[in-house]
Amino acid sequence: MQQTRSVELGTGLFVVLGFAALFFLTTQTTGSENFAGKDTYTVTARFENIGNLKSRAPVSMSGVTIGRVRSVAFDPDQLNAVVTFAIDGRYDQIPDDSDASILTAGLLGSQYLGLQAGGSDTYLEQDSEIQFTQSAVVIENLISKYLFNSGGREDSE
Amino acid sequence: MLRELYFIARGFLRTSGALFLFFLHLLQYSPTVLFRRFPLVVHQIHNAGALSLVIIMICGFFVGGVLGLQGVSNLARFNAEDSVGTLTAFSLLKELGPVITALLFAGRAGTALSSEIGLMKATDQLAAMEMMATNPVRRVLVPRFLGGVISMPLLTAVFNVVGLFGAHMVAVGLLQVDAGAFWQQLQANVAASDVYEGIIKSVVFGIVASLFAVWEGYNAVPTAEGVGRATTRAVVRTAIAVLILDFMITAVAI
Repeated sequence: MQQTRSVELGTGLFVVLGFAALFFLTTQTTGSENFAGKDTYTVTARFENIGNLKSRAPVSMSGVTIGRVRSVAFDPDQLNAVVTFAIDGRYDQIPDDSDASILTAGLLGSQYLGLQAGGSDTYLEQDSEIQFTQSAVVIENLISKYLFNSGGREDSE
Repeated sequence: MLRELYFIARGFLRTSGALFLFFLHLLQYSPTVLFRRFPLVVHQIHNAGALSLVIIMICGFFVGGVLGLQGVSNLARFNAEDSVGTLTAFSLLKELGPVITALLFAGRAGTALSSEIGLMKATDQLAAMEMMATNPVRRVLVPRFLGGVISMPLLTAVFNVVGLFGAHMVAVGLLQVDAGAFWQQLQANVAASDVYEGIIKSVVFGIVASLFAVWEGYNAVPTAEGVGRATTRAVVRTAIAVLILDFMITAVAI
């Protein structure tokens, strides 16, 4: 009887573990640290175009990751994208006239939000909004602009 | 020469036919065993699955870890270390997870099945069962087959998760890849269909590995040498069949 009980226990453990693993794989509920649980404050920024920015992308300043993108949403009233991101509470002296831009890490890398310090004496705090933003560079737009410009130059000559 | 070829071809056809009939025979008894004699199956899930868990987890961890190492060091040339999560996830979920689990399963559980059944045959236990009007296929073979088939997908899932964890530890912990980018890239690129492809593979491999293990054990020459040979054959055939089927399933899926 004791033997059967330990067999059943081991089997039960195995099956539960297996199904937990399957569940993890299918739902992709990953335990990535979202700067959650830590002391953070959230800030928003509006962009014309966010390119490929996804939630959980890093927010970096001078190349150091200081926060994470919480959510990316489209604002139907102002017709632009609202990016909400959390910044680590340790960095609470970021000037509120800093500008945010969407950058790409390397040629094939993922996109992240870069902050460039401004010169104001007041600092970003919970729920403040960044005024100066620069959209993601969309390669197609860049190419079409280049083609259009070079075409225009020939016309003017 | 031609005559020999003819005999080889005929022998191959005969073995394939016998194997297929044996498979149908197992399937025929599977529902009754599954619903009426479930404790027998539970015991085999314990043997084939629960006892393989440690080796699967250790191997999964290090396979994931090496994928993380190779991924980071090679992707660093293109400044694309962030994609290491995607790389490991695709490699593990679609290919390495099911295949390596199947090979380990054949080595750990398949050999145990073949030698156990072979030894039962060598010591006339199967014949004794028949004398007592107990069907040895139903009492001995089918529970072992079902135990293997049920265990394999679960083992593969555990292998994949532990592998991802290992890759995460190496890439994020040792090589300073960004944890958020790792998971964000992984989740952005892995689709549900990729996960299902891996699960389908693991089910097919589970059937193949268990079938060969049971079949070779049941057809072993009832001597010490015969049982040893049967065990070897079960592993070799499983390995070949798994790798060929892996290619075929991938070709169909893409």
